[in-house]
Formats: sequence, C-alpha cells, structure tokens
Amino acid sequence: MDAFLHQVLAGLATGGIYASLALALVMIYQATHLVNFAQGEMAMFATYLAWSLLNAGVPYWPAFLLTIGIAFVGGILIERVVVRPVESSPVLAIVVVFIALLVILNSVAGWIYTYTLKSFPSPFPQQAAFKYMSPHEIGAIGITLVVLAALYVFFRFTPLGLAMRAAAQNPESARLVGIRVGWMLALGWGLAAAIGAVAGMMVAPIVYLDPNMMGGVLLYAFAAALVGGIDSPGGAVLGGFLVGVLENVLGAFVIGNELKLSVALVLIVGVLLVRPSGFFGRVHVTRV
Amino acid sequence: MALLEVRGLRAAYGQTRVLHGIDFALEESSITALLGANGAGKTTTLRALCAMVRTEGEVHFAGERIDGRATEDIVRMGVAHVPDGRGTFLNLTTEENLKLGAYARRDRKDVEGDLERVYGYFPRLRERRRQQAGTLSGGEQQMLAVSRALMLRPRLMLLDEPSFGLAPLVVRELFAILAAINQRERVSLLLVEQNAAMALELASHAYLLETGRVVLGGAADELRRNDAVRRAYLGY
Repeated sequence: MDAFLHQVLAGLATGGIYASLALALVMIYQATHLVNFAQGEMAMFATYLAWSLLNAGVPYWPAFLLTIGIAFVGGILIERVVVRPVESSPVLAIVVVFIALLVILNSVAGWIYTYTLKSFPSPFPQQAAFKYMSPHEIGAIGITLVVLAALYVFFRFTPLGLAMRAAAQNPESARLVGIRVGWMLALGWGLAAAIGAVAGMMVAPIVYLDPNMMGGVLLYAFAAALVGGIDSPGGAVLGGFLVGVLENVLGAFVIGNELKLSVALVLIVGVLLVRPSGFFGRVHVTRV
Repeated sequence: MALLEVRGLRAAYGQTRVLHGIDFALEESSITALLGANGAGKTTTLRALCAMVRTEGEVHFAGERIDGRATEDIVRMGVAHVPDGRGTFLNLTTEENLKLGAYARRDRKDVEGDLERVYGYFPRLRERRRQQAGTLSGGEQQMLAVSRALMLRPRLMLLDEPSFGLAPLVVRELFAILAAINQRERVSLLLVEQNAAMALELASHAYLLETGRVVLGGAADELRRNDAVRRAYLGY
C-alpha cells in the first residue's frame, strides 16, 4: 500500500510537469489549431539557458525568473520570424516548419552543450520531510499550481487576457474592436514558451539535462492534452495529472518501467478512437 | 466638411471585381442608407471602408486618408463596424463582449459608465450579462453587436443589415433605438439594408448601389419618391 501511494504521489508530481507542457500546447492550439511539435525542444533549450546562468553564478530564483523572461521573448521572436511567414500556408507546410524547429533546437543545443547528461539543481531542500514525496516533487506540484492560477487570473480578469481569448475565438471580430490579432498570437507563443521553460526546469532535476530530455515529456503532454480535449485548458491540466499517475502506477506494477512510454501512445490512440474530442473538449458540429 | 468621403473606391475578391469605383459622402452625425439588391456590393463597401478587403481608391475619414491602413487602426480612429453575421464572440459572456468593444479606447475608466449607458438602451442585455453570448437569440445578438460597437464611442458606425433574420417587431424596436443613438451620441450611421422602406424612413440620405456602382444618391425623401426605386425596392 505504501509503495502504491508513493507511486501515485510521484505520478502527480511528474503529472504537473506534463500538465504545464500540455497547457502550452493547448494555448497555441486554441489560437492557431496547430500542435507545436517544437514545444518540448523550446522548453529544453530554455532549461539549458538556465543551466548556463546557474553556472555563471546567478542564484537559483533570479536565474529561474530570468529564464522565464528570455523564453517569453524567444517565443515571441519565433512566432514573428519563423511562424508568421508561413501563417497562411497549408497545414502540412506549417507542420514541417515546426518539425524543422524541433530538429534545429535539438541540434543547436547538442552542438553548444554536447550530448552528455548534466545534472540540474532543484531549488528545494534535499532531505525528505514527508514520507511519500521528495521535496522536489512537492515543490514541482506547487509551482505548477502557481503557474496555473496565474494563467487563470490573467485570462479571466485582465483586459489583455480577454483580448487574447477574443483573438483566438474570432479573429475577424477581434480586429473590428481594434485588437491587434497578430500580436496576440505572438504573445500566445511567448506565454507558451514561458510555461514550457518552467516545465523544463522542473523536470530537469528528475530526468537530467540533455538535448533529448523533453522527447518523452512532450509525448506525455500530448497525451494529456488529448485526454483532456485539445481545446480545453482545464482539461489539459487534469489530463496531465491523470497521465502522470497512470504512467507511474502502470510502470511500477503492471508493465514495467521499460514500457512506460507506450502508456502515452496507447492513450493517444485510445482517445482518438473512442472520444476524439477528449473528456472536456468541445465537440464541433458543422452544418453542411 | 463631410465626415466620410469615398472617391473611386474599387474592390475585388480574387479576380472578381465587386466595386467598380464608387463615390459617396456622409455628413457628421447623420444617418445614411446604402440600398441595393443581393450582390450589389453593399457588404463589400462596408468591408472596404474597414480594410477587410483589398481596395483601390480614396477613403477620407474626419479629414484623414484611411485607405491602406490596417483594420485595427481604422477602428481606433472611431469607426465601429457591426458586421454581417453579427460577429459575436460566442463563448464569451455578454458583458465580456461589451468590454471588448471598449478595448481600443484610451480612456478605460469610463468603461463602467458606458456599460450602464448601453444597458439603458438595451435592458435585455443587462439581464443576460453573465450568459454566454452564443446562447442569446438572434435579436439579442444583434443588440449585442450594436452595443459592442457603441462601447468604442465611435464617430461613425457601419451597420451591415441589422434587420437580417429578425422578427418585424424586433426590427422596429431596433431601428427606434438606432435613431435614439444617432440623436443622443452624435454618432453617424452608415446603414446597409435590404429592407429599403425601413432604411429610408430612418435615414436622411441614401445611395442606391447596382452591380458595384452608385446609380442614384440624394435625400432619403427624394429616393422614396423616385419611381424606379419605388417599383424595384419598395414594391408599390
């Protein structure tokens, strides 16, 4: 029983990280109806930047905030420079651009930082205070919840958040009330990149830092977003926690750690087969 | 000086030319109707004024040239567009829709007061303020579209077939409120309508569009007495 509880709670901790990245995916999906395959690599790159800052002697929390800021600006730049020019191209062309972005970020990180594993510090104390969870796991959940709450408040209660929702929902009407829709998209990319950076810095102490560290995480996040419904932020978060717990429990007791990643794939295929709109997504019905 | 002056305005969707160089003008705080049959280019004219379609020709608003500017910038100068299909943000609440109307304004502090003013014109919207806008009836969504435009405190309001799909009684109510808005807020209205009788009753001036050209223009009374207009658009 103890072991089971431990696995569930550890699953919640990684689930929070999947939830963050899933949220980043959903944000870009809602605005553009595209899945950003490079989301994980953007997070990985941001985490390397954090590592560089830490190595240069910057204390953890300032480095943490600085990395989020850099990721935010970087996300905006990527939208403006790379995504904007192909905005009205066919979906496949845009997907190729996303994959190119993934490969480029991955290779550049490998080129600058090499492919050897690096340890990444946790900001939380080392000694366990609680039997079932490490301090880092508790901290990661806490940070995830803070990020979620901040996003909720931003989208719900600020004029800019409202404008971003409006631009995602109905770009033409948004333009007619004077919203600069292009900038709202860029801002969405910036926010997604910033959320991803947080996820990267939280997952790195667990999986170690290397250019491929986000590959699996992105897959889990993708499964989480699909389970929740790819157009539902709340669903993506719940999906994240669900996927984290399932992955951990099944990995520990049923299929073994080697097959863990297939949980995500089974979930993806299963959800697409049984309930393509996810558990909280809207079913789109079109009159023909 | 005219608030809006349009010279030689042309517009096309791809290869298909819809407007063949139209001219018209609109006075400060007046109501002008743009009449015509289906496909005459009425909606395109309104879209052209807001840079929502590629155009050639000149558009002057409040003494400045606005053709070639971005839609958002034209809106920020005080041109509010109540679009064809009402343009409701379906998943947002009524009140969020209205607040978005005031998004481009610099004076954010009066927004609350303006909400009250708009609810004064359309009390039904106050009852529905927390409701998802997509669940409003067609008439309520049209009221919402007009109200959202009003929240900009515009100098010019472009209305694209506000009567479309509404019950005659609701249309009558809406037009009475439009007249009141024009009087009290000193905002000019450019009204596109298929319901020519109602439009000519409300407007002081009118232009008649046929296949992308202005074929007639003048005081609303004159158009109403014109035999061709009477037979073709008023039906008596």
